[in-house]
Amino acid sequence: MKFSGKVWKFGDNIDTDAIIPARYLNTSDPKELALHCMEDADPNFVKKMRPGDIIIGGENFGCGSSREHAPIAIKAAGISCVVAKSFARIFYRNSFNMGLPIFECREIVDNIAEGTEISIDSAKGTITIRDAQKTFAINPIPPFMEQLIADGGLLKHIAKK
Amino acid sequence: MGKTITEKILQAHTKLKEIHPGQLINARVDIALGNDITAPIAIREFRAAGGKKVFNKNKVALVLDHFTPNKDINSAEQCKAVREFAVEHSIVHFYEGGQVGVEHALLPEKGIVLPGDLVIGADSHTCTYGALGAFATGVGSTDLAATMLTGELWFKVPQSIKFIIHGKMKKWVSGKDLILNIIGRIGVDGALYQAMEFTGETISKLSMADRFSIANMAIEAGAKNGIFAPDAITKEYIKGRAKRAYKFYSSDADASYSQIIEIDAGKLEPQVAFPHLPSNVKGVSKAGKIKIDQSLIGSCTNGRIEDLRTAAKILKKRKAAPHVRLIIAPATPHIYKQAMQEGLLETFMKANAVISPPSCGACLGGHLGILAAGERAVATTNRNFVGRMGHPKSEVYLASPAVAAASAVLGRIASPEEL
Repeated sequence: MKFSGKVWKFGDNIDTDAIIPARYLNTSDPKELALHCMEDADPNFVKKMRPGDIIIGGENFGCGSSREHAPIAIKAAGISCVVAKSFARIFYRNSFNMGLPIFECREIVDNIAEGTEISIDSAKGTITIRDAQKTFAINPIPPFMEQLIADGGLLKHIAKK
Repeated sequence: MGKTITEKILQAHTKLKEIHPGQLINARVDIALGNDITAPIAIREFRAAGGKKVFNKNKVALVLDHFTPNKDINSAEQCKAVREFAVEHSIVHFYEGGQVGVEHALLPEKGIVLPGDLVIGADSHTCTYGALGAFATGVGSTDLAATMLTGELWFKVPQSIKFIIHGKMKKWVSGKDLILNIIGRIGVDGALYQAMEFTGETISKLSMADRFSIANMAIEAGAKNGIFAPDAITKEYIKGRAKRAYKFYSSDADASYSQIIEIDAGKLEPQVAFPHLPSNVKGVSKAGKIKIDQSLIGSCTNGRIEDLRTAAKILKKRKAAPHVRLIIAPATPHIYKQAMQEGLLETFMKANAVISPPSCGACLGGHLGILAAGERAVATTNRNFVGRMGHPKSEVYLASPAVAAASAVLGRIASPEEL
């Protein structure tokens, strides 16, 4: 998979209440959820971002609730992928299960400003800051997770088996 | 090399002869749980994958506890979708209306989850059942859909952190204070992807209610599960509740841990987690003068009868301070009835408390106790993230029922010792 886009930076411990506040969980319609993506972290996020943009998080991105509405909101808003220093475990499995690409890379998070354009090549395992011509290594995705993505998520993976 | 209780339970649910931390396994699931927020997505995915029948109608639990009693039309539609699915599939453990309680208080109370079980729930606080000596972990809706289809799910075997707790806890110090203190020490990702195993002489004397509160908040340290070795106290709790076979597991003496952390619980005072992270913890004596607008006693963390008894001891012959909304939410109908029979509800009403039906509503800012901008609540719940209980500019302070009750009376964050 290859992605390129502008990055939006968030801090450590971005929780699922910030990604999609519980007051909007009376629906699971992706289009509705997308309207409130990241709202309690940045109320103007949905207005500012463009399809294909990339979210950069710090440590423990997606901590808190198990709500799959969180990766659904991010994906439906048009964000292409999330890069963070680390991910909370339920968010991590939810993302692979439902098909939101996420990447762990510690170095880039400390070396990038908001608004910078980056390119990601998941096959090569690299993230490149385009203007600076700087490249960072992505933590390798475990083979099982790669299989999940290749099959199109957990349920399609099961169907294939 | 010996095995931890977590490794033993996981292994017993596979066909493998040997498993080790880091290994990816497929394991049989004993109970799979969903609620009115997470089950609708799971049901959609289940149907999209061609699901015709759940793997076992006795092993799926659907509990409509979050936005119930239905807070608006959309919530009613979500509940309706889950109800129709439950009827279609003859789901045995389906709870709503006057039979519904907060899922993580309800399932143990009814004996639906038992020691040695492997439990998954599309709710992060599923880890609560670790108090019974079960492996229980929160997952997403797609995981729940996959489990409803196949009765199995993939797991990465976690490493374990062992907590050895000793010392006699002071008056008004509870399991809640212990877990808040632990999260304060290790941080909200201090146990990321790992099992938190609670041991030691303090733990061996701890009530089930306190054990549930502790296991409940393992997720707030990023853990996959929290777990206690079952003992005589566990046995007493499940007596009369268990309607099927169960098994007690315990860790081997030579089991391997990523970390061992010892804590003297005798030194702790009641703890308070300040906004906006459960790890932002201080002793109540260091809280300073923090005026509150609301005190909430309830939730899957602290809505059990023991919690209500503690609150009633403090609220007896006292009243909530003017302009403080005291909300008490017994976690299940059974607890509600017990509180009524023991006269606790009368004590609460005389203290000017609102008694809420069993619901998760207030804890997650759904309904039944929302905060306005600039308002502050002390809550016996488990999360104090930005906007958790209402407006993004409101604040939540996490504490025990004793501190929440004393704070309601004094109108500021306070220790029961101050009364």
